[in-house]
Amino acid sequence: MGLSDKGFLSTEELKKRGRYPSEERFKKGPVAIIECSQEIPCNPCESSCNFGAINVGKPITNLPELNEKKCTGCGLCVAACPGLAIFVIDKTFSENLSTVSFPYEYPILPEKGDKVDAVDREGKYVCKGQVTKVMTSKAFDKTPVVTISVPDNHIDNVRGMALLRKKEEAKSE
Amino acid sequence: MNKREMVIIGGGPAGLTAAIEAAKRNVDVLLIDESIKPGGQLFKQIHKFFGSSAHRSGTRGIDIGKDLVAEADQLGVDLWLNSVVSGLFKEKNIAVERQLEDGSKKMEKIEAEKIVIATGASENAINFEGWTLPGVMGAGAAQTMINVHRVLPGEKVLMIGSGNVGLIVSYQLLQSGADVVGLVEAAPSIGGYGVHAAKIERAGVPIFTRHTIVEAKGDEKTGVKSAVIAEVDKNWEIITGTEKEFEVDVITIAAGLKPLGELANMHGCQKSYIPELGGWVPIHNENMESTCEGIYVVGDVTGVEEANTALEEGRLAGIDAALKLNYIDESEANNIKDEIRKRVNGLRLGPFGEKRLKAKERLIEDYQNLSNIVK
Repeated sequence: MGLSDKGFLSTEELKKRGRYPSEERFKKGPVAIIECSQEIPCNPCESSCNFGAINVGKPITNLPELNEKKCTGCGLCVAACPGLAIFVIDKTFSENLSTVSFPYEYPILPEKGDKVDAVDREGKYVCKGQVTKVMTSKAFDKTPVVTISVPDNHIDNVRGMALLRKKEEAKSE
Repeated sequence: MNKREMVIIGGGPAGLTAAIEAAKRNVDVLLIDESIKPGGQLFKQIHKFFGSSAHRSGTRGIDIGKDLVAEADQLGVDLWLNSVVSGLFKEKNIAVERQLEDGSKKMEKIEAEKIVIATGASENAINFEGWTLPGVMGAGAAQTMINVHRVLPGEKVLMIGSGNVGLIVSYQLLQSGADVVGLVEAAPSIGGYGVHAAKIERAGVPIFTRHTIVEAKGDEKTGVKSAVIAEVDKNWEIITGTEKEFEVDVITIAAGLKPLGELANMHGCQKSYIPELGGWVPIHNENMESTCEGIYVVGDVTGVEEANTALEEGRLAGIDAALKLNYIDESEANNIKDEIRKRVNGLRLGPFGEKRLKAKERLIEDYQNLSNIVK
């Protein structure tokens, strides 16, 4: 299982390749995780960052490199990435909880406070999560960014939530 | 007979940029498209495009389409819609069934100084038991239904093929409210970009590599009821006993595209067989000019790629046509063309692009090696 038959890398593999922020950085607050692991011609993440924390350079097939010192975890790149491959993780959210922010381009949006099913990179249920923020800025061009909190031990695996198909779904939890 | 300086056949991304670049230099441009509005496939592309942010990547295809159509309009490009080019004859004579303002159709002949063929490509089909049942359709057809006509083709979909079209249309079907029960790919690896695969997997869609569709079950009246898939071995043979059945009402096929080069053939433009580009494609030079002088081929018709490369190829042809028609001086045109070529080759790097870069270079070599170019 890997990039060629799944399209994504596991957290362990990302770490091995030096494409995961350091634990030291995580202790300082929210930071972007760029899960873009193939050399494809694309660079909107680079110009979306107001802090110069993402570098693609030339040629534009280079993998984006995150400068974790410059990254503030603001999340602008999350909505800008056409591959929906950038996440923001905050391991400092509370004593036992961490948050993950991910793009969510589906018609029924969750609301702050909703309990949702947190899923991993394969869409498999991991644990319950609670929505802490839903950002829908005009600058995001119709790519809402949802943030959910989950227990600390799950944060490196959770990358999304089960799709909401009916408006009541989240409320009934 | 109508005489026109430049006629563009096909108003997709490549045709539109060719029209815009030429019209900007005051060339008289006529754009003919068979659809009710120009834009080609752009208006189906509701996702944000990859590419260089200097050239509007990160923008949704539908918005790029709107802007290009508005720009062409502003520049005074003459537009014939619902009009079908049915013939391209020697000395750049075009036969077109034109729709008039009252809706009636009229055959017209046009003699053009420059022609740009931007006819795109069509979807490949694959056949299997039950493939003619209602509910089995091309992925592009499903995409047109949901994104242009806002009609959901069904509730439960099985997608065949893991190229970018299969992956992106699966995602858009999920966005439209359909349930995509799985995506089947006969090869051992995913064909398209990993990030496109990852976003549908996160939404719970399983990807079955080394699997193929065996049968669509159902009847002619009510359509598809279920789909049977099975694992394949190294020789692509079905392994019996590995069959799985899914309850679905739609099966979508994303098995690649084939360039629509008939008009180029008709005029006698020479072609080459290049599998990486989708099969038979008209040969062209560095200006996108075919082996017939004054006839350009741009976009998928000369090699199935993606919208970004199509946009750049159209620009190249538009500039070169304006140069040959004496609307722009040579050094300026060459500078612009060099910039475009750098950008388009930049899009053809990396593990996905290199094959296409080499294939395109071969196409241009074929042009240079032809000793008897049809004039």
